[in-house]
Amino acid sequence: MHLLNRTAGRISRHRRRPIAGALLLLLGLLTAGALYTAVLSPANAAKTQSDTELAEQGRKLFLVGCSTCHGTNGEGVTTLRGNQLGPSLVGVGAAAVDFQVGTGRMPMAQAGAQAPSKPEAYDQDEIDALAAYVASLGPGPAVPNSSDYSLDNMTDEAQEAAIVRGGQIFLTNCTACHNFEGSGGAMPEGGSAPKIRGVEPKYIYEALLTGPSNMPSFSNGNLTPEEKRDVIAYLGSLNDSADYGGFGMGGLGPVAEGLIAWVGGIGILVGFAIWIAAHTTRTNKKKVQA
Amino acid sequence: MSIDTSKVATSNKGAATPDKPNKVGAVASWADERLGLGTAMKKQIRKVFPDHWSFMLGEVALWSFIVLLLTGVFLTLWFHPSMAEVTYDGSYSRLRGVEMSDAMASTLHISFDVRGGLLMRQMHHWAAMIFIAAMMIHLLRVYFTGAFRKPRELNWVIGSLLLLLGTLEGFTGYSLPDDLLSGTGIRAADGFMKSMPLVGTYMSFLLFGGEFPGDSIIPRLYTVHVLLIPGILLALIGAHMLLLVFHKHTQWPGPGRTEENVVGFPLMPVYMAKAGGFFFIVFGVTALMGGLLGINPIWKYGPYDPTKVTAGSQPDWYMGWPDGALRIMPGWEFHFWGHTFAFNVFLPIIVLPGLMFTILMLLPFLESWITGDKREHHLLERPRNAPTRTALMVSLMTFYGLLWAAGGNDIIAIKFGMSINAITHFMRVAVFVGPAIAFFIARRWCISLQRHDEETLLHGYETGIIMRSPEGGYSEKHLPISESRAYTLTARDRDEVYVPGEETDQNGIPTPGGRLAGLRAKLSTLWYADNIQKPTAAELEEAHHHAEHEHALQAAGEGYPADGHQFDDFGGTHETSEQPLRGGH
Repeated sequence: MHLLNRTAGRISRHRRRPIAGALLLLLGLLTAGALYTAVLSPANAAKTQSDTELAEQGRKLFLVGCSTCHGTNGEGVTTLRGNQLGPSLVGVGAAAVDFQVGTGRMPMAQAGAQAPSKPEAYDQDEIDALAAYVASLGPGPAVPNSSDYSLDNMTDEAQEAAIVRGGQIFLTNCTACHNFEGSGGAMPEGGSAPKIRGVEPKYIYEALLTGPSNMPSFSNGNLTPEEKRDVIAYLGSLNDSADYGGFGMGGLGPVAEGLIAWVGGIGILVGFAIWIAAHTTRTNKKKVQA
Repeated sequence: MSIDTSKVATSNKGAATPDKPNKVGAVASWADERLGLGTAMKKQIRKVFPDHWSFMLGEVALWSFIVLLLTGVFLTLWFHPSMAEVTYDGSYSRLRGVEMSDAMASTLHISFDVRGGLLMRQMHHWAAMIFIAAMMIHLLRVYFTGAFRKPRELNWVIGSLLLLLGTLEGFTGYSLPDDLLSGTGIRAADGFMKSMPLVGTYMSFLLFGGEFPGDSIIPRLYTVHVLLIPGILLALIGAHMLLLVFHKHTQWPGPGRTEENVVGFPLMPVYMAKAGGFFFIVFGVTALMGGLLGINPIWKYGPYDPTKVTAGSQPDWYMGWPDGALRIMPGWEFHFWGHTFAFNVFLPIIVLPGLMFTILMLLPFLESWITGDKREHHLLERPRNAPTRTALMVSLMTFYGLLWAAGGNDIIAIKFGMSINAITHFMRVAVFVGPAIAFFIARRWCISLQRHDEETLLHGYETGIIMRSPEGGYSEKHLPISESRAYTLTARDRDEVYVPGEETDQNGIPTPGGRLAGLRAKLSTLWYADNIQKPTAAELEEAHHHAEHEHALQAAGEGYPADGHQFDDFGGTHETSEQPLRGGH
């Protein structure tokens, strides 16, 4: 007690202004806050969690948000009539979860031809947890690393060659549904192959791996990881390059062009015809009735 | 013999002196003295054309054709019509090292390595789209105003041929670059040909020089595109315009305008300036579109490869409607003795366009046969005054438009979030029901407008002034229309229903065409049924009499607002400044 009093007394001896106490308090709070954020916060706790704990956290989220359609154990739900409410998730892998939930397709707002992309309902930590849980149900494709689809460690020539290869693979495998520049296309019964320009490379890679909705899955035996990387590089290069011909009208092909020719071209020219007919060649600008 | 000169003017002192010679005149005289064109041109450059905006739609087609010729010649200087395999080594890095035909490689060369090449390509493509669209709106104008009637039926046929050839020209041009879209189009055309029973396969092998794709289709289409069809187009455009000069231009009815004259301005200088200016406007609009709007980005389609196809593979718009018919056709295919008859392809793409073009060319003859009208017509008819004719074209347009939409069913599906199957099922019914509904609505609409015209003629126009009689009844005041407007409204013929003659002549021998005469009379009755005829002079007289009587009755109330209406000055019928305002403000 004596020591404590002496220490306090020593501090108080150094006290020059009354505000110093408040500053000291603030410093102490900041230190405690920083320590908490760095070591003790729940987000960080998740990082240091074991996979089992992550999967357990994901299971809790799954039971709330996904189990109505996919079953409490991810086994899928079949209605009495034999319709599938949600498919079994055994073996779809973390990549499928990361794609479906990360692009907002899951959870679905309503049953329909296919799940449309919308604002995501979960943040990335929650998606990781869900993915870890679903991955624990059975072996499946994992979430790819950015090194899987990045050309960064290649020479310029090798990058260019990869883009050329990717373009040809894209035109062979993807354009039939997704259109020649990835603007999307129609699928039977209200489905559609979505626009894939501007989609994050990770999600394109995951879609290729897992084949969501009507899309076939391009497994590594079908398209090697390098070929997937090249396709992604080609799409990225389309995003980066200028539209050489001018405004591309949505990249939809001749339908949009025909619409512009009629509404724009013919519309403007007929307008000019009306304008010319309304004026004489005389300089006083007054219409002379013939 | 002495000459009485007392009446000769004395003010003329000396001989007349010519104007100070100018340079243009000197050049003209130099040329005229050697070529003698002045005499030949004197009549033509003073030719009179009537003024109306709708008469300039054909001009849009003509000028865009000139743009096509100019830009097309530019493109031929670098285009290689060859299917030889080459490895692309140009500026577009995303296709460098890819194997492709020389045609595709040279089109890429024009797009990326020839100065102004991409602009020329895009201008050529936009001008082609506008050329055919302009021909179609010109056709509609001619039809809706009755300008196809005698003596212009053959010019209508020539115009229809121009539309057909323009479409074929467009298709061959679409096919030349040998990109993915071109190749898909040629592949489809190959299938169309092969759907023809018996001769189809032979025709396809003849055209492709063997099985598709072979290596001669591009050079052959090139010859057709730059030589054969443009040659025929030029000749037909020449004939079309010579006939226009020979027939003289039609005009809208109005005071001073008859079947025997043309009222308007001379070609030189008025229409030289207007038409010349319009050419530059068409050129300018095409250049702007070519410069600002990317069309057919072949570098994205990549070279044609039969194993590839892209979503959104459509023909250019003018081939869209048969493509739509093909898309909604049920898959009816028959097999006879080991042969397949692809009726699902043959009907929509071979039979239907052939039938539609035949109907189009026969329209003038069909109408004159039904109505029995063999007179010359140089005055135009308003669409409302020929309700059945107007409705017929509206019905054909609806058919065309629905098939057009069906041709873009996939784009409609993704852009409006609809099911492509639902669109297809809807269109299968709509292409039959839609034109029928459109016919009915258009016809009744025309007749309603005729009724309105009759009303205006007999009772005058609606002034918007409401009159109240001393008994308390309300009525709207009508005022007579101007003389010239009344003339314009009545400058049309009364419809005459065709009455068949005797079925046999006096010797009891059936008259030629006697059997059809009954059908013709029925059709003629239907053609004119419910039309409103213009009022007779007596009816007009009586109506005017009646109107005068009414005006006399209303005269007492003129200028006096009814009780309680002192303050709402809508028609400017009275001055509010003299009225005291409420509350003495």
